[in-house]
Amino acid sequence: MSSIEAQGDKHRADRRADSHGDRHDDGHDHGSVRSYLTGFVLSVVLTAIPFALVMGGGFESRLLTAAVVVGLAFVQIIVHMVYFLHMNTRSDEGWTMMALIFTVVILVIVLAGSLWVMYHMNTNMMPQMDHEALGLGS
Amino acid sequence: MSTVSQHPPGDFWEVEPHHHHEGASTGIGFWVYLMSDCLMFAVLFAVFGVLGSSYAAGPGPKDLFDLELVALNTAFLLLSSITYGFAMLAMVKGRKGGTLGWLGVTLVFGLAFLAVELYEFHHLIHLGAGPQRSAFLSAFFALVGTHGLHVAFGCLWLVTLMIQVGQRGLIDANRRRLSCLSMFWHFLDVIWIGVFTFVYLLGMI
Amino acid sequence: MAIPSDIPTTFLLGRLDWHAIPADPIVWVTGVVVAIGGAWLMWMLIKHRLLGYLWHEWFTSVDHKKIGIMYVVLALVMFVRGFADAIMMRLQQVLAFNGSEGYLNAHHYDQIFSAHGVIMIFFVAMPFVTGLMNFVVPLQIGARDVSFPFLNNFSFWMTVGGAVLVMMSLFVGEFAQTGWLAFPPLSGIGYSPYVGVDYYIWGLQVAGVGTTLSGINLLVTIIKMRAPGMTMMRMPIFTWTALCTNILIVASFPVLTATLVLLSLDRYVGTNFFTNDLGGNAMMYVNLIWIWGHPEVYILILPLFGVYSEVVATFTGKRLFGYTSMVYATVCITILSYLVWLHHFFTMGSGASVNSFFGITTMIISVPTGAKIFNWLFTMYRSRIRFELPMMWTIAFMLTFVIGGMTGVLLAVPPADFVLHNSLFLVAHFHNVIIGGVLFGLFAAVYYWWPKAFGFRLDPFWGKVSFWFWVVGFWVAFAPLYILGLMGVTRRVRVFDDPSLQIWFGIAAFGAVLIAIGIAAMFIQFGVSIRNRDALRDETGDPWDGRTLEWATSSPPPAYNFAFTPVSHGLDAWWDMKRFGQTRPRATYVPIHMPKNTGAGVIIAGLATVCGFALVWYIWWLAALSFAGVVIASIVHTFNYARDYHIPAEEVRETEDARDRQLASVGA
Repeated sequence: MSSIEAQGDKHRADRRADSHGDRHDDGHDHGSVRSYLTGFVLSVVLTAIPFALVMGGGFESRLLTAAVVVGLAFVQIIVHMVYFLHMNTRSDEGWTMMALIFTVVILVIVLAGSLWVMYHMNTNMMPQMDHEALGLGS
Repeated sequence: MSTVSQHPPGDFWEVEPHHHHEGASTGIGFWVYLMSDCLMFAVLFAVFGVLGSSYAAGPGPKDLFDLELVALNTAFLLLSSITYGFAMLAMVKGRKGGTLGWLGVTLVFGLAFLAVELYEFHHLIHLGAGPQRSAFLSAFFALVGTHGLHVAFGCLWLVTLMIQVGQRGLIDANRRRLSCLSMFWHFLDVIWIGVFTFVYLLGMI
Repeated sequence: MAIPSDIPTTFLLGRLDWHAIPADPIVWVTGVVVAIGGAWLMWMLIKHRLLGYLWHEWFTSVDHKKIGIMYVVLALVMFVRGFADAIMMRLQQVLAFNGSEGYLNAHHYDQIFSAHGVIMIFFVAMPFVTGLMNFVVPLQIGARDVSFPFLNNFSFWMTVGGAVLVMMSLFVGEFAQTGWLAFPPLSGIGYSPYVGVDYYIWGLQVAGVGTTLSGINLLVTIIKMRAPGMTMMRMPIFTWTALCTNILIVASFPVLTATLVLLSLDRYVGTNFFTNDLGGNAMMYVNLIWIWGHPEVYILILPLFGVYSEVVATFTGKRLFGYTSMVYATVCITILSYLVWLHHFFTMGSGASVNSFFGITTMIISVPTGAKIFNWLFTMYRSRIRFELPMMWTIAFMLTFVIGGMTGVLLAVPPADFVLHNSLFLVAHFHNVIIGGVLFGLFAAVYYWWPKAFGFRLDPFWGKVSFWFWVVGFWVAFAPLYILGLMGVTRRVRVFDDPSLQIWFGIAAFGAVLIAIGIAAMFIQFGVSIRNRDALRDETGDPWDGRTLEWATSSPPPAYNFAFTPVSHGLDAWWDMKRFGQTRPRATYVPIHMPKNTGAGVIIAGLATVCGFALVWYIWWLAALSFAGVVIASIVHTFNYARDYHIPAEEVRETEDARDRQLASVGA
């Protein structure tokens, strides 16, 4: 019996187990009251802090305020992913997580790329459009 | 990988019948759709990032946004998320009434969110800060409006599912559909985190 | 700027009136020919009572094989239209010298080059590739259908809907005069006030929904429906490239959709995303559309790389050289294709740092592509190559595509691009890779899988005629464009001042005529082969001595593809079966669970097309009504829970017995 054969048999066995197993045990975790409540409390806190921060005027440094707000948003997105969307590396043989990671990579490329490209174009080609210099914006 | 083996490595056909897992692809399929939807939002965020300070001598975020209203709306969405979660838990336990009840509560929060958003848009347009006023406002309305349209579509879907669960109960097909809408609903929450952070909060700093 | 208020509209018909019929004899003649042809076709269908057959067996079918074939038919029909546009352009450019204006006015000529690009990319290459993947992938992975069969049917009809809108623009109104990507501000309402750009937008949006959904469908099919034992690294290489292509579709078409939505908001609502006033930025559109546009070219070429790999392995009778490196090269290209988009607009002025980054990434992406070429060469090295038509096209591809690739690397150097941007050199380059890469591959695929689809081979004589006219014609048509481009001639020019250029356009036009003969030969070949189908019959199901699972079933395959699910033990599953003398099992047949046909896809896509038409012409009541129709029809469809049926065991047994008799008749 070669190793290939063993692999093939294992895979087949997996598929059988899959199709004959509990119909709702498809690797998707439906959570529990406890996990939903944990997620809810965390997300309320993570929403309340940045709102309070900005509504209260924020830190001395605007950059610091912005960094804190954005940082908390990222934490909250992860909280939602884990507690509400039940992301894990198991469901659908890891394809769910793989799709998410790929999407995040493309998302970062689209966002960062566009900002980078357009910022350079604006500074190179339209220096007169600097809103700060014209006193039009904040 | 083997090229030397001279003996057949086991069966080449699955002779004994096995039942193909019904709807096994639905979960991952819907997730892939959400990922593609996510990239549509990525474009809208990128547009807001690039054009978000092009006020064209018109009003900016500080002249327009009311954070208390945004906080209220965020609260509606967060509450709707947990009530949808409770609906899913009721579904797992097979309690049809509980599922329908929590779905109904979720719908109310969803509609409340939409009502507040419509009020906000109406108010802005009334102030002369409609989507035509500047690139900043175009980008704002496109991003927030697209999210709102998704919520509206989610509400319609929710009603449809409530009717279907009411008619046929928590059968497998309906459970799959409820799971898909659950992903959709929570996904919209995640997008909203991006919206209130990058559009409203950063705009008001 | 929103819709100007001075456009005369009526409630009932919006801005649609008699002026919408183009005042152009060329269009009238085309219209009459199309009307007569359509009437004749309809008459034949009614006379032979084929309408019901078409509706029940094809239009409403959820069978991936039939949908795949319908996609390819759509692509071939649209190809004829797109090529007619090409011939008209060649004729105009060779005539418009020495004070002559040629025979096309600017309004018509600009529509033609826009329509040519849009049709060839969106309605020829895309449906062709999608159709191919639809037909082949489930067979190759040993599945009975795709993951979401209804969605597959719906996606096809949305693609048809988009094509219908674009074709309609020929006779009612006009098409865009903006080039195939409709850059603003030219495509804004101020400079394109009439319906051309609106046809473009809604044609692409309707078709785009279909493309995205079909991408999701095939992606999930490959992930979830593979035969037991078929691990990722045992997947046939075509399935691998199809997987990567569908990842690209799912991850790039939403960008196109969103960008076109913003353009339509600018045109319809008066927002300022891409306008010149009130903070809008037209270059943001260019940036966004190329974020979609570059992955798009890899969506087109990757599956054909898969086709070439299958063809080379089959016709050399060898395992593909460097399968693993081929897979990694494909995955690398998938990721890298998102990092090169700015090379389409180096001249926009983002400066040295940005241009250098994208220039270098562009050169990097040619490395995995080069690796593939070497893999094919090493597979062919010291093997007994059978020069059947698919293999001939593959070799023509390798010779042609390498040159196209190298001119691409040349254009990736930003300073060189500043000289060659928007020149005919660029036009020659992308035709060199798209015709030499995508189209040649599609032809190889048609010859390769035709016997599987229809049960008989294609006549080789007319295929060789077509091959030689095509390949020679291609070089005669496009080599002059390289030279003209280097001399500084820009694209999309209608009239020329310098008489010394005319000879080159003359040569290019001659090349286009050669290609036309090649196309005609191909259609003659289809006709001759259908007539001689009994002599060309493939009884074995494996006419080329293939290696992958699609050859393990009959030609054409039964509705359920495989009576029993095949099991994979290595890369070339069918090759292994043959090596070990495995025959089809004759165990007790069981009823096979299959999806039921449905007309819902045709209905919803039809309503979406009507909605697109209404939006083009500002017929608001119809737009609202048909949109509501789409939503309601979709909801009603979800109330139908009885979507599948079982093929009775008896019917399976009869089919399989017939297959046994067929195999016995040829002594297999």
